Amino acid sequence: MRELYQFHGGIHPPSNKTQSTRVAIAHAPLPSMLTIPFHQHAGETAKPVVKVGDHVLKGQLIGLPDGFVSSAVHASTSGTIAAIDMQLIAHPSGLPNLCATLIPDGKDEWIALEPVADYRSHSTTELQQLLRMAGVVGLGGAAFPSDIKLRIGKQKINTLILNGAECEPYITCDDMLMRERAAEIVQGAEILRFMLDANEVLYGVEDNKPEAIAALQQAIAASKLNHEVVSIPTIYPGGSAKQLIRVLTGLEVPSGKLPTDIGVQCFNVATACTAHRAIAHGEPLLSRVVTITGNVRHAKNYEVLIGTPINELVALSEALPDTDRYIMGGPMMGVPLPGVQVPVVKATNCVIAASAKLFPPLSPAMPCIRCTRCAEVCPADLQPQDLYWFAQSREFGRAQAFSLFDCIECGACSYVCPSHIPLVQYYRFAKSEIRAREHDKQLADQARERHEYREHRIEREKREKAEKLAAKAKAAKPAEPLTSQQQAEQAELEARREHIREVAQSAVEHTTERNGD
Amino acid sequence: MLNALLVMAGIAIVLGAVLGYAAIKFHVEGNPLVDKIDAVLPQTQCGQCGFPGCKPYATAIASGEANINKCPPGGEEGIQKLASLLGVDPIPFGGDTQPKPKSVAIIDENTCIGCTLCIQACPVDAIVGAAKQMHTVVASECTGCELCVAPCPVDCIIMKPIEEKISNWKWKYPVYALTESAATAGAAR
Amino acid sequence: MLFSPFISKPDSVSAIMLKVLLALLPGIAMYVWYFGPAILVSITLASITALSTEAAMLKLRGRPIAPFLKDNSALLTAWLLALSIPPLAPWWLVVVGTAFAIAIAKQLYGGLGNNPFNPAMIGYAVLIISFPVHMTHWLAPHGLGDGGLVLAELSYAQQLQYIFSGALPQGLTLDAISMATPLDTLKTHLHLEESVQQILHMTIYGQIGGHGSEMVAWGFLFGGLYLLATRIISWHIPVAYLGTLFAIAGIFHLVDPAHYVAPLFHLFTGAAILGAFFILTDPVSSPTTNKGRLIFAAGAAFLTYMIRTFGGFPDGVAFATLLMNIAVPLIVLYTQPTVFGKKAQGDKP
Ligand code: SF4
Ligand code: SF4
Repeated sequence: MRELYQFHGGIHPPSNKTQSTRVAIAHAPLPSMLTIPFHQHAGETAKPVVKVGDHVLKGQLIGLPDGFVSSAVHASTSGTIAAIDMQLIAHPSGLPNLCATLIPDGKDEWIALEPVADYRSHSTTELQQLLRMAGVVGLGGAAFPSDIKLRIGKQKINTLILNGAECEPYITCDDMLMRERAAEIVQGAEILRFMLDANEVLYGVEDNKPEAIAALQQAIAASKLNHEVVSIPTIYPGGSAKQLIRVLTGLEVPSGKLPTDIGVQCFNVATACTAHRAIAHGEPLLSRVVTITGNVRHAKNYEVLIGTPINELVALSEALPDTDRYIMGGPMMGVPLPGVQVPVVKATNCVIAASAKLFPPLSPAMPCIRCTRCAEVCPADLQPQDLYWFAQSREFGRAQAFSLFDCIECGACSYVCPSHIPLVQYYRFAKSEIRAREHDKQLADQARERHEYREHRIEREKREKAEKLAAKAKAAKPAEPLTSQQQAEQAELEARREHIREVAQSAVEHTTERNGD
Repeated sequence: MLNALLVMAGIAIVLGAVLGYAAIKFHVEGNPLVDKIDAVLPQTQCGQCGFPGCKPYATAIASGEANINKCPPGGEEGIQKLASLLGVDPIPFGGDTQPKPKSVAIIDENTCIGCTLCIQACPVDAIVGAAKQMHTVVASECTGCELCVAPCPVDCIIMKPIEEKISNWKWKYPVYALTESAATAGAAR
Repeated sequence: MLFSPFISKPDSVSAIMLKVLLALLPGIAMYVWYFGPAILVSITLASITALSTEAAMLKLRGRPIAPFLKDNSALLTAWLLALSIPPLAPWWLVVVGTAFAIAIAKQLYGGLGNNPFNPAMIGYAVLIISFPVHMTHWLAPHGLGDGGLVLAELSYAQQLQYIFSGALPQGLTLDAISMATPLDTLKTHLHLEESVQQILHMTIYGQIGGHGSEMVAWGFLFGGLYLLATRIISWHIPVAYLGTLFAIAGIFHLVDPAHYVAPLFHLFTGAAILGAFFILTDPVSSPTTNKGRLIFAAGAAFLTYMIRTFGGFPDGVAFATLLMNIAVPLIVLYTQPTVFGKKAQGDKP
């Protein structure tokens, strides 16, 4: 038995997972229309490389990675690009983002695939590029491009962790994937291990998924690989990367650092599965497993094409009539959807149909009574009640001093708060406010620099001109006077300069004046 | 009685000496005040404060010649920051200076005659273009100062407020029935 | 729009406060058993005063009234204060104390969650400074009445009459029908150069503490254990408080048993148990870090012992609590736990 460690706090919300694990993963039928966002991953938006009206094949590249942290986007099926414009996506802002609308032709025709027969004969850089172009990103929720996580530089990676904890209530997509596709996960994990050159491979799976653990163990035994499945205690947020690393290795990722800095890297099990398909079959990431659950008649997991509208998906599971909104992700960290037509993206692990009965609205928030129940459950050892105080009074500096940015927004504190304070909401507000300020500060510094440079330049130009004039005057003294034409030219030049100065000056006055009325 | 007085006086002298020594010994050579104020100002260089730029305004504040509520681009936030930096009470914007949404200048490229007047007005060199050629504003460098708008002889520069996109979207202050008043109380503190 | 988390634990401030009120019941039952139902009168009076003061203040401050009245925190303040005042106190004493506690010590500081001091203890402190005479005349336990501890024991009707009209039956004075607390008595007699052993033979004393009052303390201890078991309070404050009080009292007792009473006596007299489980543990005015709670409670225990033994007031719990309340922000600042991922660097805010 491996020695396990603990992290501080944690909660045990009702898991509500059994509803959606009764039947096997079903294939969702081809939707009538697909909306494929160009920004499905952390980092830069992919650059569209198709035009409206283009016919595309399944797996064809439609968005090229743009920038270091970016990933490719592909057509999930064959069909015609009907539009490239701003569409609603699953984002807490409810704002639209750039998407391609794809009308399937129903043939589901693949492009020519280029599988890699023996990945061991390729360099890690080549494999990274393959994953990048296959659009492989973390499927646990953050959608961080996997190739970046595999670029580790000189760091020696000791442990590769496959995250199958799936600690959020309701979500079962990883559970079902582990039960049904353990062999592919193990193959994918081995590819990742090879790329990282890690010494050991650990699968962290919460002990409420005995079938998944058994399936993984079988697959590992069959593959004769030296991987290890570790059953970890069920506690939320045990599936958060930093907490999982702590449980399995006893190490804490230092604040502001990456897991690789302590020789650990962590991937979701579903990411390993797609990595395997991308390398061994040449298939880009076109679909994923999504749990449809909550207020529906048939809670189930579906293999869904990226871009499928949520409403077509939910219809398969028959949402009950009192459903009043949909949530993407789990009940602890999920995002409320701004509309039912938003598409499934690479980060969509679960869609919950919610009703007032399922998630009853909280009674109004009361003042904090400093009971510290929040501090007791905080997995980051923070003092949420203090952070809340600083955030609500906009004391951002102190919030930062009290480690606001070490908060993982797990929501455990809000879950237990007897005063029903939306604590995480305050942290999100404070964090985004601080980020915006830092950005503004940067812009201001940049502007100051440019302004100072400009002043300096003008100064220099003036001086140089004066010097030149003086030199000329000296040289010209014995020479004959300027011709009348030259004189006229110079006068005109001078007049023009004067005019510009005047205009610029009046601009200053003008703006101040206009602000006056 | 006399002893007590002497003891007290002695203590006072010793403590005074310690304090004086500490003041010299631990004296921090801070940035001059002007730089500190300048660091808080938004560097829009718009001159709306009545000074030809942020640094001159900072200098005026430092010498007590200008109030701290003259900078619209800085917003209420800026006033708050200046107030806490200078240890004075924040004052609201006066009737004539009001903050507005942050904007960028946009040149209508069809109308532009390439006169270069705007280039000379831009305090941060954010406009590119040569004489008789179309000009463009480098949006990422534009501070939204509006100084280029007036000089344009063909009125082809407009100020466009920066719209909210996913990339610059911010979480809003949580507003919930009961906590709202608590929040305002907190903000006022 | 509502954001995550969408689920929450079924719990509320009023449920927590209600549980604390429930936990006070065993102690109150003991109180009634040994000292008669007069305490119920003051608890009722205090409750009514607290609720109406709270409502009036909320109205004045323009805050919603219903949710705050339902949070049970005003009731808790009222009960704790009533339990610290002699049951025989005139009605206005209870009313003034409670109104002060709620209006000044709680609402003027911003209401629920914002009071730096424990409101009940502020109320108590105001009363004992302003009306020391009324605050030191306590009922004697049943059966030790006539001739034992007090000259005459009042019937319940007579007690009621005194509380509301201040009238005593013919020929009786307040001194004749009431007694000082066991702690007070001990202090007085120690001043008379009697030894602890001699004093403890008086009828006012029971097995470990005061006769009757020690049983009330057991009642509170029982309720306190319920609070611990239901995790309403953490163990840090009660354990550190009682432990430190025991240790300090033990040291003094070992050095000079004739002048310093045994440590258990300190735990079971006065408001020590009540304070350890119910007063010092008030979440609003106590530290939020576990280490801080230990320091806070130990400090309070030290002050309690010092005030009891060397000070002029009959009990030290209230003043010890208030004094330590002042130190809470500082204690919290210096006892911040290490944040996840900052252990190695060891940098703290
Ligand atoms: S759980 Fe809520 S009421 Fe309790 S300390 Fe935390 S924020 Fe305050
Ligand atoms: S949301 Fe942040 S503060 Fe709250 S429990 Fe999670 S990590 Fe701690």
